Amino acid sequence: MTEARSLPEEPIVVVDRVSKSYRRGAQVVDVLREINLLIDRGSFVALMGPSGSGKSTLLNLIAGIDRPDAGRLIISGTDITQLGESNLAQWRTHHIGFIFQFYNLLPVLTGLENVELPLLLTGLSRKIRREHAMVALELVGLPHRVHHYPKELSGGEQQRVAIARAIVTDPTLIVADEPTGDLDKASATEVLTLMDQLNREFGKTIIMVTHDPHAAEKAGIIRHLDKGVLNSDWA
Amino acid sequence: MELIKLIVRNTGRHRLRSVLTILGMAVAILAFCLLRTVVDAWYAGVAGASPNRLVTRNAVSLIFPMPISYKQKILQVPGVSKVTYANWFGGVYVDEKQFFPRMAVGAESFFDLFPEFIVPPDQLRAFMNQRNACIAGRKLIDKYGWKIGDAIPLTGNIYPGEWRFVLRGIYRGASKSTDETQFFFRWDYLDEALKKTSPFRSGQAGWYVVQIENPVESQDVSQAIDALFKNSSAETLTETEKAFQLGFVAMTDAIVISIRIVSFVVIGVILMVLANTMAMTARDRMSEYAVLKTLGFGNTFLFLLIAGESITIAMCGGILGMGLTFPTAAVFSKELGTLLPIFHVGWVTLLMGSGVTVGIGLLSALLPAWRATRVEIAEALRHIG
Ligand SMILES: Nc1ncnc2c1ncn2[C@@H]1O[C@H](COP(=O)(O)OP(=O)(O)O)[C@@H](O)[C@H]1O
Ligand SMILES: [Mg+2]
Repeated sequence: MTEARSLPEEPIVVVDRVSKSYRRGAQVVDVLREINLLIDRGSFVALMGPSGSGKSTLLNLIAGIDRPDAGRLIISGTDITQLGESNLAQWRTHHIGFIFQFYNLLPVLTGLENVELPLLLTGLSRKIRREHAMVALELVGLPHRVHHYPKELSGGEQQRVAIARAIVTDPTLIVADEPTGDLDKASATEVLTLMDQLNREFGKTIIMVTHDPHAAEKAGIIRHLDKGVLNSDWA
Repeated sequence: MELIKLIVRNTGRHRLRSVLTILGMAVAILAFCLLRTVVDAWYAGVAGASPNRLVTRNAVSLIFPMPISYKQKILQVPGVSKVTYANWFGGVYVDEKQFFPRMAVGAESFFDLFPEFIVPPDQLRAFMNQRNACIAGRKLIDKYGWKIGDAIPLTGNIYPGEWRFVLRGIYRGASKSTDETQFFFRWDYLDEALKKTSPFRSGQAGWYVVQIENPVESQDVSQAIDALFKNSSAETLTETEKAFQLGFVAMTDAIVISIRIVSFVVIGVILMVLANTMAMTARDRMSEYAVLKTLGFGNTFLFLLIAGESITIAMCGGILGMGLTFPTAAVFSKELGTLLPIFHVGWVTLLMGSGVTVGIGLLSALLPAWRATRVEIAEALRHIG
């Protein structure tokens, strides 16, 4: 934490004594216990830890799709725990790009249309939306497959479309939950290289949950989550 | 635009499921419209009743006639402009199954009071000039292939004997709701024959039709007419033509009510079918809704997405069903022939069909849409894979 504070710029992610527990029947499971985490703009952070350690939970809290029981989450200067439901949804549209383990593309939309989807919420014209979507698809190396439906694409290709969807709004932060968890080795490497490129060339801040040490290597910073507590070490 | 594209493509996703639901919907709307058309046909006479016509009948029962002399007396009543009279003839044409209304009517006045029966002037003159002339509706002519000048034999039952009439005129209805299956001949011809065979039955009218100057006065005029014949041997009951017609169909109210109930039961069943389809569909897509929410799409969007699909399915079925109503009604109309003479699909029926269609679509979407808006993103995403 002290290392982060020594940097001149305000961290882009401030997780401040965040706790989260789930109720499973009568039993209460403390998933996160007073977690603190600072992430600087432009860093590529890998969140590691055993299954069930709360990695996804922490990522969801940072991305504003779940709410903590206690603590504050300040992302790019906004305390998102203070936002109401619809403001939080709007905030996600503009600040967060999501990459999921199972891609989560809409099956009835083509690659291009899937990438265009988040832009429907921005009020851009159709022409501009198409242009932005094409740029994003070129960036992920899929300009030739834009009119294919997800089921006509390989897993790696689907994940690249999903990455294009995540970056098309030019978000503040990209969150990825096990983005290579469902991919073969070659595709996984492609996806990781792409994320690395986004981080290095475009300065995107990325938080990636993974339990694959190979994947984590690409990230500059690795944080370990275990039994609701964060340990830090440097890659 | 993009929303519509999504709705259309979503509808095509489970093609079999959608097609079956659409077909079910089509059958339900077809049944609904058809049953309503039957009810309409039943009440067609009532709907066609004129507000400025009253019917005067024997107060005891319609089967008892009244003296023909009443005509002049009724004409004296203030507010009355014209009077005509008629007798129900009954009778059999060829066999008992050939049903159409047969009436003896006051030749000089009847068509004057019923402008909805349009008879060409030369044919009307021919009818006036021949005592055993008759006029029949266009549908009857078509059904039996009669021609002007044909002799039409009827076997009497209320008025026994063999009767022969010569077709002198063909009337057509002023509107679609005019019954074109009626058969009219001259009251004076009937009366003349009765004078010879059963004189005590002559000089009697089955009912009078009274045209009034102002429909608002129908109540007062009715009372004035009935007062005229108070304490006579044939007291009268005067009511509006509509009330008179209703008196006929009211006997079968129970049947009509059952038909109405069945038509709504059909709607209820298809509502459950579509609601179930939409619930299944929405359950399959919860993770997609979660993804849309993650991207920032709100509850309104999800509602429109689900309701749009539901209404699309309902509308496809509804339009198909309403479209099928016309040919089906045509077949019915042909088969029923003169039994339900006015059998056509009305605007109100189509409007109700459309309303019911959209209503079913909307209602079926409510529960799944509500579930979709309540889905916890993080929770739903955990179940993917
Ligand atoms: N919605 C929930 N309801 C109940 N328990 C949950 C819920 N979400 C997560 N958990 C539990 O919280 C713990 C952490 O989950 P998660 O953050 O998904 O772990 P990870 O991603 O590190 O595998 C697990 O024990 C999981 O079962
Ligand atoms: Mg996880």
